Amino acid sequence: MAKYKMHVLVCGGTGCKASQSAQIVENLKAVLTENGLQDEVQVITTGCFGFCEKGPIVKMMPDNTFYTQVKPEDARTIVEEHIIKGRKVTNLLYTDPENNEHVSDSKHMGFYKKQIRIALRNCGFIDPENIDESISRGGYEALGKCLSEMKPEDVIQEIKLSGLRGRGGGGFPTGLKWEIASKNHADQKYVVCNADEGDPGAFMDRSIMEGDPHSIIEAMAICGYAIGATKGLVYIRAEYPLAIDRLQIAIKQAREYGLLGQDIMGSGFDFDIELRYGAGAFVCGEETALIHSMEGKRGEPTFKPPFPAVSGYLGKPTNVNNVETFANIPVIITKGADWFNKIGTEKSKGTKVFALAGQINNVGLIEVPMGITLREVIYEIGGGIKDGKEFKAVQTGGPSGGCLTKKHLDTPIDYDNLIAAGSMMGSGGMVVMDETSCMVSIAKFYLEFTCEESCGKCTPCRIGNKRLCEMLTKISKGNGTMEDLYELRNLAAVIKDTALCGLGQTSPNPVLSTLDNFWDEYVEHVVDKKCRAGVCKSLMSYEIDQTKCVGCTACARNCPVGAIKGEKKMPHTIDPAVCIKCGACIERCKFGAISIK
Amino acid sequence: MTKVKSLADLKAMREKFQSNLDVREKSNNQEEMVQIKVAMATCGIASGAKQIMEYMMEKADAMKIRVVFTQTGCMGYCHAEPTIEVKVPGRDPLVFGHVDNKKADEIFEKYILNNEMVDGIIPVNYEVIDK
Repeated sequence: MAKYKMHVLVCGGTGCKASQSAQIVENLKAVLTENGLQDEVQVITTGCFGFCEKGPIVKMMPDNTFYTQVKPEDARTIVEEHIIKGRKVTNLLYTDPENNEHVSDSKHMGFYKKQIRIALRNCGFIDPENIDESISRGGYEALGKCLSEMKPEDVIQEIKLSGLRGRGGGGFPTGLKWEIASKNHADQKYVVCNADEGDPGAFMDRSIMEGDPHSIIEAMAICGYAIGATKGLVYIRAEYPLAIDRLQIAIKQAREYGLLGQDIMGSGFDFDIELRYGAGAFVCGEETALIHSMEGKRGEPTFKPPFPAVSGYLGKPTNVNNVETFANIPVIITKGADWFNKIGTEKSKGTKVFALAGQINNVGLIEVPMGITLREVIYEIGGGIKDGKEFKAVQTGGPSGGCLTKKHLDTPIDYDNLIAAGSMMGSGGMVVMDETSCMVSIAKFYLEFTCEESCGKCTPCRIGNKRLCEMLTKISKGNGTMEDLYELRNLAAVIKDTALCGLGQTSPNPVLSTLDNFWDEYVEHVVDKKCRAGVCKSLMSYEIDQTKCVGCTACARNCPVGAIKGEKKMPHTIDPAVCIKCGACIERCKFGAISIK
Repeated sequence: MTKVKSLADLKAMREKFQSNLDVREKSNNQEEMVQIKVAMATCGIASGAKQIMEYMMEKADAMKIRVVFTQTGCMGYCHAEPTIEVKVPGRDPLVFGHVDNKKADEIFEKYILNNEMVDGIIPVNYEVIDK
């Protein structure tokens, strides 16, 4: 086989694929062949690099050159300049926003400097559709080690010692979960991977499955060995076609190598994995609802206990873990619990993958040690707030989480600190907001989401959340009263205490945390009838400055409802009763005469 | 399709596949490795730079020295092609001219392994603006 002198890694995550990264690969290969270099340069499609803001990413190895926002037509330049002539293509390099200098090497990018990659260790490094690349990075060795050198209870002990906690949001100690499942005896047990990632703006699990599916398969087999299960199921939402594809390919390859199936590595241990598709209901991320959905029933939660570890899928003991939790397992087994539990804080060990989204410069996927501060994440890795605006809040934990503000910027991030601050770790979505975000609207957005996703089984969640949402709508329309604000708090507390499952119990969090942290803003909406961010349309009025308006008629011609009147070359006026506050006039006015009051 | 029958099997497989990912693995800690840049402009290639690079790659493998090979553009020493730049961790980079197989052997055995000087060093006659 030819020995390649250079490797070109092209991101094949969903984000970069949407920006034609597959075409880049094809073009690169074509131009390489044209120049007779097909045996010297290897082009590899990898999983997500995490730097989605600047995708598609193309990384040149061994010199580590990091090209961003590459277009298919740039393939020729990359081959002819970089590969043949050895010159870097400067206009494709990442530009450091701080000093406007090109950064050629990914190691010197602020985005990567503070990261520690455990769960994402192979993402953006190997070809996820090639098991050989996974094996050459040590894939399946942890499974081999467990099967040949460790007893099931040793495996559980190791995971317990590592201090790993569930990465899906709750933060339940993984080792303990395994132990409970292992102690329940049954003729059949199940290992379930919860890949029903539903938080708005979160894509950690998808990226792991797309970038390193073998790590999940290996970890599920390890879990099966530890708890005594021979069947694994991945519950994945049908909206993740690429992740499904790559998992299926990976499962097939693992079976061909005998790493799944009967008598794995001559140990007598059998394990196999099947996929189960979800229809994308948020509540199915809750483990009892997930199990019902897999059984073909309605995706509704049931009261715990019995816990799935006692009676889960088809009434058998079932261990459910999240994708990212599984991705950590092989590393813990290979490197040891003592290595793992040195990373992180006292009660939260290891790293956490976050999906950075919102008004932040470097939108993307990051993996950082627990205990890092929000400031480091937002300013050093995330590159600060877009357009130099001011930081206002960051929403963590999705619809079950809350908003953290400036006063939390230096709080070390871990499970317990986030809960103390009124939010939660959640699965790892981090939505950053600047001064143009209205906190009432944000709370409303999440409540609308919960109303939509509530399964309707219990009254507090079905009706309570609806009422919360109605009150928020009333406030954002300028009809709210101070009583409404107190009532919001009361009702939120009732829902938290009485809802059946995790979804309902946490759904008022966005309301409570915004009430706590942005009380002034709520009061402004209610008393002054003002929205300082200019988001709540009912609280705004558009006005034309009579001294600035020259009567060009541009606004009047573009007003979709004919709310603007005035003679040519004379100052115009807006009829507030007709105006729908769409903002079309502001965009058209060349004289800056229209303002929002 | 071969089946993995034991942990030893798996490790052997890893060993076998590892070289395929070598280029990538090495790029993660370049600073700790010997770096060799081969001038691969037209004149370099015409004088046999490709062949010499391949030879050196094999040599490095055979001697089990971890080397990162990079192709570069013209270094400007067209009179002394093929030219290579060798950077051993902790030492200043050196440029060697007129490299052939014999010279390559010498560079590996004397300079890289034992830090003995070898003939054919081109003195650095320029400065780099951006460090």
